Amino acid sequence: MKILVPVKRVVDHHVTISVKPDGSDVDIAGVKMAINPFDEIAVEEALRLKESGQATEVVAISIGTAASQDVLRHALAMGADRAILLETDAELQPLGVAKLLKAIADRETPQLLIVGKQAIDGDAGQVGQMLAALLGIGQATFASTLKIADGEVEVAREVEGGIETVAIKLPAVVTADLRLNEPRFVKLPNLMMAKKKPIETIAAADLGVDFTPRLKRLSVAEPQARAAGVKLNSVEELVAKLKNEAGVL
Amino acid sequence: MSKILVLAEHDGHQLKIASRQAVTAAQAFNGGVDLLVVGADTAAVAASAAQVAGVARVLRADAAHLAHPLAEDVAALVLSIAGEYDVILAGHSHFSKNVLPRVAALLDVAMPSDVIEIQANNTYVRPIYAGNALLTIQSQDPKQVLTVRGTRFKAAVAGANVSGAVAEIATVAVPAATGAARWVSEEKNVGDRPELGEAPVVVSGGRSLGERFEEVLGPLADKLHGALGATRAAVDAGFAPNDLQVGQTGTIVAPDLYIAVGVSGAAQHLAGIKDSKVIVAINHDPDAPIFNVADYGLVADLFETIPALVKALG
Ligand SMILES: Cc1cc2nc3c(=O)[nH]c(=O)nc-3n(C[C@H](O)[C@H](O)[C@H](O)COP(=O)(O)OP(=O)(O)OC[C@H]3O[C@@H](n4cnc5c(N)ncnc54)[C@H](O)[C@@H]3O)c2cc1C
Ligand SMILES: Cc1cc2nc3c(=O)[nH]c(=O)nc-3n(C[C@H](O)[C@H](O)[C@H](O)COP(=O)(O)OP(=O)(O)OC[C@H]3O[C@@H](n4cnc5c(N)ncnc54)[C@H](O)[C@@H]3O)c2cc1C
Repeated sequence: MKILVPVKRVVDHHVTISVKPDGSDVDIAGVKMAINPFDEIAVEEALRLKESGQATEVVAISIGTAASQDVLRHALAMGADRAILLETDAELQPLGVAKLLKAIADRETPQLLIVGKQAIDGDAGQVGQMLAALLGIGQATFASTLKIADGEVEVAREVEGGIETVAIKLPAVVTADLRLNEPRFVKLPNLMMAKKKPIETIAAADLGVDFTPRLKRLSVAEPQARAAGVKLNSVEELVAKLKNEAGVL
Repeated sequence: MSKILVLAEHDGHQLKIASRQAVTAAQAFNGGVDLLVVGADTAAVAASAAQVAGVARVLRADAAHLAHPLAEDVAALVLSIAGEYDVILAGHSHFSKNVLPRVAALLDVAMPSDVIEIQANNTYVRPIYAGNALLTIQSQDPKQVLTVRGTRFKAAVAGANVSGAVAEIATVAVPAATGAARWVSEEKNVGDRPELGEAPVVVSGGRSLGERFEEVLGPLADKLHGALGATRAAVDAGFAPNDLQVGQTGTIVAPDLYIAVGVSGAAQHLAGIKDSKVIVAINHDPDAPIFNVADYGLVADLFETIPALVKALG
């Protein structure tokens, strides 16, 4: 069984981004970038399936500029067998990303595609579901556990109020949630070795897929900040404030 | 005039608040709002949904295989009637997040998700980067498919069509099950507490509560008739159930009162609470970032303060 794992290069989650003064975009010049945390979890899950003998090959794929080689190297250092870069410097949106991934899935024919449940920059949370739809296959989103048996993947999904378990016929798309696993620590020698591994690079424009953005970006703004309030001295004072000032009790 | 379809969610008896909030959001498109109710037997839900203010028509989609609706089947159902609509919209819940991107992809349209403001000419505002920036986008697609952040829209009043104007209830044909997926089981955390996303009061705890999470915070939540919430760190450590996670990658809440107990106030957590009316923080570190967003703060040990607070509330 081959597993395809899309990995996205995003602003590191420790960075607090700012908005450009002209309101055209966020300002990410020079900030630390990293693999999207959900995608790291997805890679880890694929590797565990391989290590337990249930999968034979783990292929990581990223769409973006040459800089996205970083996150592919990270996936290789974790243990992925191969990496593909769909190179483009065009703006990407979830539908376009899903179409490009479909083109590669058609070529690679994986039995399982493990995608992050959301990218922590765009926060769209759509690519996995769109990809499953375009491939005409089933999906299990927000996975907190995953099990392969009898041509199906059984997934416990994190939903409002608890857990829902579904079984999806393979091939299938699963989107990884936080509790699926804890990704392994990448050791420096592995990272050095991964630097030498080849990355197959394909020009995204050569795939014959229309991934032009459909949502026109008009502006980016800072949200209104919440003002800090007051520090109180006692529980009694707090109760009084909540009753008389805030009126929420 | 545009035609709008709201994909509803319910508990078998009535609509979830998020769906009534979606009905309000739908009014921004100035058209007739149809509400699609999916299930095995939706008679009761449809009857109550027909009385929600602003609903023109309730569409019932009843089928045995929709008792536990799967994304593949609901998407197929929505697509079967999508031709009639200019806008397809729902609350930004796990259910809709699962279904609507499928619908959008098959209609070949982009999907603005977690929209907090709907402007004229298919223009939307949505948070990005854990709410640290607000993006305004304009859709270039002929059909609009979107999810809205419910807490930004006032819920349409239930049972408000008192003038006798009860919406028409119609039945739609349900496509056969796709067979791609099968429902296996569910484990819902039962209890008397309100749902996290809908509760007017939320008491949230961080990892510092340890094994005493429920013991310390439960009585406070119950006293205030509120829901419990948690940080990712508390959930990861196994101190609180997964579905209690509040934040960028958990549930977004906007209660009247949010009490953060032993919560440091990481950006990812704040992304989920910023729209709360009143935020109270209890933390023994006076420099904890949570105090930057709290209306009222107590610099104190939580294990002493929370029982005292429960007592003071009488
Ligand atoms: C203001 C703003 C400006 C932007 N400008 C640019 C820009 O100039 N250039 C640019 O490239 N992007 C840009 N982006 C990002 C781009 O819009 C998003 O990457 C795209 O919309 C996908 O959405 P998402 O990542 O939120 O998808 P989600 O649906 O949240 O992603 C889910 C999963 O899909 C997979 N995935 C998503 N994207 C990729 C990818 N590229 N490669 C591999 N796997 C992927 C991952 O597994 C990820 O976990 C910008 C975003 C914003 C908000
Ligand atoms: C991809 C990604 C997504 C994430 N999504 C989310 C999310 O959706 N929601 C979320 O919450 N987090 C999320 N996080 C995690 C987030 O970054 C923080 O790590 C987390 O919120 C911290 O939780 P905490 O406040 O419980 O723990 P800590 O940061 O360890 O803070 C504990 C606090 O408790 C206080 N404290 C300790 N003992 C006491 C006491 N006796 N009395 C009073 N105060 C005490 C301390 O002063 C401290 O401020 C995400 C992280 C990543 C990387």
